[in-house]
Amino acid sequence: MPTPQEASKPGSAAPPITIPAPLRAVFHALVKTIVPAAQNLSRPDWEGLDQVVDGTLSARTQIERRQLRLLLRLIQLLPVLRYGRTFTSLSPEERVAFLSYLEDHHVQLIRCGFFAVRTLALLGYYGRPGAGPEIGYAPDARGWEAPG
Amino acid sequence: MTRRAYDIVIIGSGAGGGTVAQELSPLCQQGVRIAVLEKGPKLRNEEFTGRELEMAQALYEDSGAFLTAERTMTLAFGSAYGGSTAVYTGTSLLPPERILKRWNVPGLTLVDVEQRARKYMAENNVHFLEARYINENNQLFVEGCRRLNYRVQQFPVNLKGCRGSGLCNLGCPNQAKQGTNRVQLPHAERNGVEVITRCEVLRIGEQALSVRVSPKPPAAKGEPSAWETGECSVEAKVIVVCGGAVNTPALLLRSGLGRRLPRLGHGFTCHPAFIMVAEHSRPISNFVGHPKSFYLDEFAESERFVLETCMYFPFTTAKAIAGFGQEHSRWMGAFPRLQMILVLACDEADAYNRVTIDRHGRPVVHYRFTPDVIRGLGAGAARSAKIFFAAGAVRAHMPLGRSTTIESRDAGRVDQIAQRAEFKPGKVPVSAAHLQGGCAMGSGPEDSVTDSYGRVHVTPSLFVADSSLFPNSLEINPYLTIMALADRAAEAIRKQARTLL
Repeated sequence: MPTPQEASKPGSAAPPITIPAPLRAVFHALVKTIVPAAQNLSRPDWEGLDQVVDGTLSARTQIERRQLRLLLRLIQLLPVLRYGRTFTSLSPEERVAFLSYLEDHHVQLIRCGFFAVRTLALLGYYGRPGAGPEIGYAPDARGWEAPG
Repeated sequence: MTRRAYDIVIIGSGAGGGTVAQELSPLCQQGVRIAVLEKGPKLRNEEFTGRELEMAQALYEDSGAFLTAERTMTLAFGSAYGGSTAVYTGTSLLPPERILKRWNVPGLTLVDVEQRARKYMAENNVHFLEARYINENNQLFVEGCRRLNYRVQQFPVNLKGCRGSGLCNLGCPNQAKQGTNRVQLPHAERNGVEVITRCEVLRIGEQALSVRVSPKPPAAKGEPSAWETGECSVEAKVIVVCGGAVNTPALLLRSGLGRRLPRLGHGFTCHPAFIMVAEHSRPISNFVGHPKSFYLDEFAESERFVLETCMYFPFTTAKAIAGFGQEHSRWMGAFPRLQMILVLACDEADAYNRVTIDRHGRPVVHYRFTPDVIRGLGAGAARSAKIFFAAGAVRAHMPLGRSTTIESRDAGRVDQIAQRAEFKPGKVPVSAAHLQGGCAMGSGPEDSVTDSYGRVHVTPSLFVADSSLFPNSLEINPYLTIMALADRAAEAIRKQARTLL
């Protein structure tokens, strides 16, 4: 039986792309704000991250995928009202400030919307192959008997 | 449409369904035909890889992220051969006396439930894990509690051959947990019970069910179903519904029973929970070893929370840590130094909290956090932070309020910090895995859905045997109580076999 770290390689069949290209850039900007270390990811790392996200989204309903696309559009456009620029054009500090505003918003629906995209960003980053060992998580089915 | 016929059909294969299947399986020798219909797949031993996302997708409903209607809490429950027993940690507690008294179900006594639960404790090898197998994440919890004079207790667990992979919640890769997938279902199958996986029950009619068998998706884990793909009709003289506190009420509602059973779907409770995390100055053994070995229920009645040790996986941990950005990443980067405690609120049945169905017949769980639940979570967070610091942690994470990190220099101000912390639904990462209620036991249709044997009031050949029977929150881990109640349902069916079959 493979150990979890041996087995943590990308799946053979790539899932269908569920976030269209223009919104993909918004999502990547979001991931980099939620997990700043994502700025250092290589191209294959991003591909792995996208594959995790697409795999998860493909199992959700059409309505949920539509809601996500709407959320990403709102996140891209809402900063125009406050900063005069879209989310992807904001500085890292402005992005943090804007997302903090959504996270703590007095309207529950907006907080929940932010929580959903935050969850997806964390899922992509920490569900990505190789993310576990990067933070020192290296489980082994052999448990106490595992070497090292 | 294909038609099939059985004498008894059991829907679901978790703690309830697996138990009923085993207890009725001797009837197969007398020619009684019994089938268990399970919506999820049956995985081969080598498919339990411990990889977080892939196992969550294979073993949990909605990959473990079933959202409440308000989108403020995720519910985690199994959808596989063995149901949630495939993904629990095997903690085996007897129901508390105070709870059974509060339930006040006519005909249900503590002595009876406890006697039956003890039968399964013996069958499932329930014991205390030896001290040498307790990791530092658990030891530190004990140390902190003892320094504060809290009455910490060890969980009895149902393990056999545990190697300490720490992967219980992703399905044990060593098959060490003695869930129904390892004990009761194989036993039932040896006696002649058929278990059909990937088989979802759409509706229940008069001694018949309509079901849909799904194909095995390409690259998915698990065996294909024993039945051919598509919809079919199944006749059954007796039907036992064991789909859990979300799916059982939903199935009965979409089968039209709500008109005759006004309490159907009501009384949903779930022990809403969040994860507290603390950092130590050195690496500790945390993801190796059994994750959930100790608990603290001393404050269950007075402050309405229970604490349990826990250890989760990278994504689950990342989701549970509130906030984002540098501070969040710092917590995640400290993974080998993290200690974790699960805070579970002891929620009460509330008129708003219930299971309904949408226009497609899919379950919808309505849940709002009552002031008592919010107070319980806040009090549990404060006590957890005290335990962390008493155990030597350098900082603690409290997923409430604006600032979520408490440094050890502020250990003396934990109560003040917790009191100031604001609970904002949708911001605080809350989840639940102890789903209960919706088909409560009681005396008649006006106050409940079933009698104390799980017999549905308006239809004598229809039974329920799962956690949906609980009239109110159990306030402890529920699986042994579910097995005891399922044992009662099986006994009632056996006793009435002549008339029912």
